Amino acid sequence: MLRHFYLIRSSFPRIFDLIYWPTVQIILWGFVSKFFTMHSDYFNNVAGVILSAAILYDFLFRSSISYNMLFLEEIWSRNIINLFVSPLKISEIIMALTSSALIRTMIGLVPAAFIAIPLFGISIFELGVPLILLLFSLYLFGVTLGLLVTAGLVRFGPSFENVAWASLFFIAPLGCIYYPVEILPSWVQPIALGLPLAHIFEETRNILVNQTVSFTNIYYAIGLNLIYLTLAISIFYKSFASAKRNGTLVNIGE
Amino acid sequence: MKPIEVKNLKKQFKTTEAVKGINFSINQSETLALLGPNGCGKTTTIGMLLGLITPTSGNIFINEEELNYKDHQFLNIMNFASPYVELPKKLTVLENLKVYGRMYLIKNFKEKIDQLIEDLNLKPFLNKRTGELSSGQKNRVSLAKSLINDPKILLLDEPTASLDPDTGDYVRSYLEKYKKENDISILLASHNMDEVTRLSDYVLMMKEGQIIDHGKAKDLIDKHGRENLEQVFLKLVRQKNEH
Repeated sequence: MLRHFYLIRSSFPRIFDLIYWPTVQIILWGFVSKFFTMHSDYFNNVAGVILSAAILYDFLFRSSISYNMLFLEEIWSRNIINLFVSPLKISEIIMALTSSALIRTMIGLVPAAFIAIPLFGISIFELGVPLILLLFSLYLFGVTLGLLVTAGLVRFGPSFENVAWASLFFIAPLGCIYYPVEILPSWVQPIALGLPLAHIFEETRNILVNQTVSFTNIYYAIGLNLIYLTLAISIFYKSFASAKRNGTLVNIGE
Repeated sequence: MKPIEVKNLKKQFKTTEAVKGINFSINQSETLALLGPNGCGKTTTIGMLLGLITPTSGNIFINEEELNYKDHQFLNIMNFASPYVELPKKLTVLENLKVYGRMYLIKNFKEKIDQLIEDLNLKPFLNKRTGELSSGQKNRVSLAKSLINDPKILLLDEPTASLDPDTGDYVRSYLEKYKKENDISILLASHNMDEVTRLSDYVLMMKEGQIIDHGKAKDLIDKHGRENLEQVFLKLVRQKNEH
């Protein structure tokens, strides 16, 4: 964590990069949201649905990408061997990546979320206390995806990097970020409901549109997240053991 | 107590047998040099000693305790430096030393860092980013990182590769002095035969995953009737190829 704190602290372009993309994303979706509000009955009374979904999705995207970036930074700087020959446990590496990813994500997202208030009159904080649970759930899923990609990087080396960037786009259509699950073909719906994202965004819409909170969706999301996270941790450990057997740990570091 | 003991160590990668049942040990305060042409199994052997590669069979004992690949505690008394492994380029020298000082849970790490800065003359570029340093400066920083935990066993992979003669000599002199003062054991992989002759107490010659000869550098030179270790190396490496 200290290593990444030094890295961010000393580089204005890095801080700028962390804040820039979420802000652009929110401004773009803010205008889209405004347009829909003016031209759609569905969105007429709930101006914040699309923009809130965009902010939450960006939170997920940033947490997952941050996780991957932190690991890739070690590969790119050829420092990864130094980490693996230190007495750090795998669990400690995972914890450090997880915590650092959260900090990076918050640096980017908090200013963007505040910018949306004066610019579009929309605040995700209107989601109230459940917002914490929704963000927690998204963060768990972001870390899960990050862990899976990192496991791939450990096992297959830097050539797996492209998957790191594309990972979230594979899942986005099933996440039902901007539309209800019912929009999907009936045979795809069970798959979507097997992901925590569908429950998280379903609940976001429910809170904003119906002004009620259904904890069932939130519990489902957290439960599914815990299952996926456990699986991802186990896959990471297996990839690490496999990389040691195949000698790829030495190759990714040089 | 032998800091490192290797018994019948083998590593097979799919169809390639990288290390074919090697045996060796390093005594306390000894520098053992691992020599051999590229692809002879040196890096794989070092990788197995550091827990980066799981052996197919055989045993490694660190301070007479069998190396447990699931528990990395043995790495507390070891460290590693290689010019092919770098420290984060965007961090300053001082930041890097602080990061690794914390990582190895060094008590009084500020004093330890100050001592390394003094010993390796890092002060002139302490606040420079590591990526902006010359090869010689990077090498000294990397060496400082490898000594930050006062290792009892130090693994060095070509520690002076790509250094000019003056800097190379500085590093060798420092290693000699450090070893004398700190009673550590060193495993040195190098292609620089003068370096091996100067620093090592014992030499292992590897080829195609096997140890093809071993002994003190001077004894090997005498045994093979050559003038220096480089000629011994060339003889041993080419000898089998001619068959």
